[in-house]
This record gives sequence, structure tokens and C-alpha cells, in this order.
Amino acid sequence: MATALFYIFAVVAVVSAVKVVLFRNPVYSALSLVMTFFCLAGLFVLLDAYFLSAVMVIVYAGAIMILFLFVIMLLNLGRKEMMDAAVGRFRWLFVLILLGVLLAQVGFVARQAWFSGPGPSTNTALQARNTEYIGELLFTEYLFPFEVASVILTVALVGVVVLVKQEKRRLPEGDQASASD
Amino acid sequence: MVPISHYTILSAVLFAIGVLGVLTRRNVIVIFMSVELMLNAVNLSFVAFAKHYGEATGQVFVFFVMTVAAAEVAVGLAIIIALFRNRETINVEEINLLKW
Repeated sequence: MATALFYIFAVVAVVSAVKVVLFRNPVYSALSLVMTFFCLAGLFVLLDAYFLSAVMVIVYAGAIMILFLFVIMLLNLGRKEMMDAAVGRFRWLFVLILLGVLLAQVGFVARQAWFSGPGPSTNTALQARNTEYIGELLFTEYLFPFEVASVILTVALVGVVVLVKQEKRRLPEGDQASASD
Repeated sequence: MVPISHYTILSAVLFAIGVLGVLTRRNVIVIFMSVELMLNAVNLSFVAFAKHYGEATGQVFVFFVMTVAAAEVAVGLAIIIALFRNRETINVEEINLLKW
């Protein structure tokens, strides 16, 4: 059952990822990416990472992709400028090079010890009380990265507001009116 | 029981598809989406190894990768909006002021 679910999630994830790259309409690409994220969340559940699966759906599919779609709509491109074909001339060359690199990577990695053997240990506490386990780690051993992450988010927030802020425009003569911002 | 090799191969395939998207698309937003795809391929790898070795470190790292990815998407899209206001285009082939 778990194996069948793995293959279903894996195949749908790969097909959706390929469609992200192939669709000419960026809105379709964004929706395919959401599908990929849902499949990855399912794979996380199969890997006993329940907390991360929920965070993946909430943060990635539920916030980041919504942000992407909002920006695509905000830019308000005409239909013609929005449609974009991939660079056609060298695309097959890129695909071949990537396939070669991929096969080389897999061939190199397949000789490692971890590749074919079973796991050396299973952490039942991690699987049974997943969220609590990660929470304890985040507030003890990984406290400093946790606080730095909050600083990163604050900096990103301030940076976004500064980057997108428009200056007030003044009319050349007469009444001075501020443009909407 | 799915062996970890399956997960790492899937992660490599998704990463390669993301690289393909970054290299071949001209729409700057789709390039950004392909970068997110690459990040998530690595997330899958981290979680697979966390399960394999029974360590929680892999999952904690994915948590931080997601946090930084969220911040990066916000800032990157703000840059794209600012760029669009100045250049009226999202075609990377036309955003080439730094080219020699």
C-alpha cells in the first residue's frame, strides 16, 4: 500500500513538475506547481514527517503560491505578453545535458552504502510524536537558528515594503497632489 | 517499505526539472517558480535521510529551508514588481542592462 502510494505521488509530482516548465501560461505553471507541492506533502507523510507535510501545504501551497498568483495578476500583462514559449533552439540540448548529469549522479551515488541497505535506526519517538519532537529540538538545540529565522522574516518584511513603495509624484505646477501609493 | 534510493532519485529528477525550467524559460516569474521546485526537491531529500537515519535534524533543516524560501519569494517578487515598473517587461532576455 505504501509502495503504491509512493509511486502515485512520485509520478504525479514529476508530471506536474514537467508541466510547470512546459506550460506557456504562467498561471497554469503556478497551478501545476501547487499540484507538485501537494504530492510532495503526501510523500512527506509517507516518510513520517507529519508536521512538515502540514507546514508544506499551509506555507508553500497556501501562502507562497498565492503570492505568486497575486503578483502575476498584479502585473496585469496582456495575454500576448504573458504567454511565453521556452527558448526553443537549444532546449533539446539542455534536456540531454541534464539527463546525462542526472544519470552520472545516480550512478555515482548508487555505490554508496546507504543507497541499497535499510536504515541503520528507526526513531519511534520522532514518528509517534513528530510535532512535539521537532518543537523540543527547535527550542533547545536549534534555538539560535530559530531566532535568526524570525529576524530573516522581519528583514524580508521590511525589505518588501521598501522595495515596492512608490514615491509621491508632484504635479508640475499649481496644486500639489500626492499620487496614490 | 520504499528504499531511500527511490526518494533520492525522485529528488534528483525534480531538481533536474527545476534546473531545466531556470535555463529555458524567459518569463521571470516562471524561472522563480522553477527555483522553488529545486528547493523542494532538496527538501524531499532531507526528509528521506531524516527517516533513513532516524535523525530529526533533517526535518528541522527543512523547516528552516521553508522559512528562508518564504522570505526569499517575498523579496524576489518585490524585486520583480519594481523591475517591471521600470522596464515594463518580464522577459529576461530584455533585462540586460548589466550585459557588457
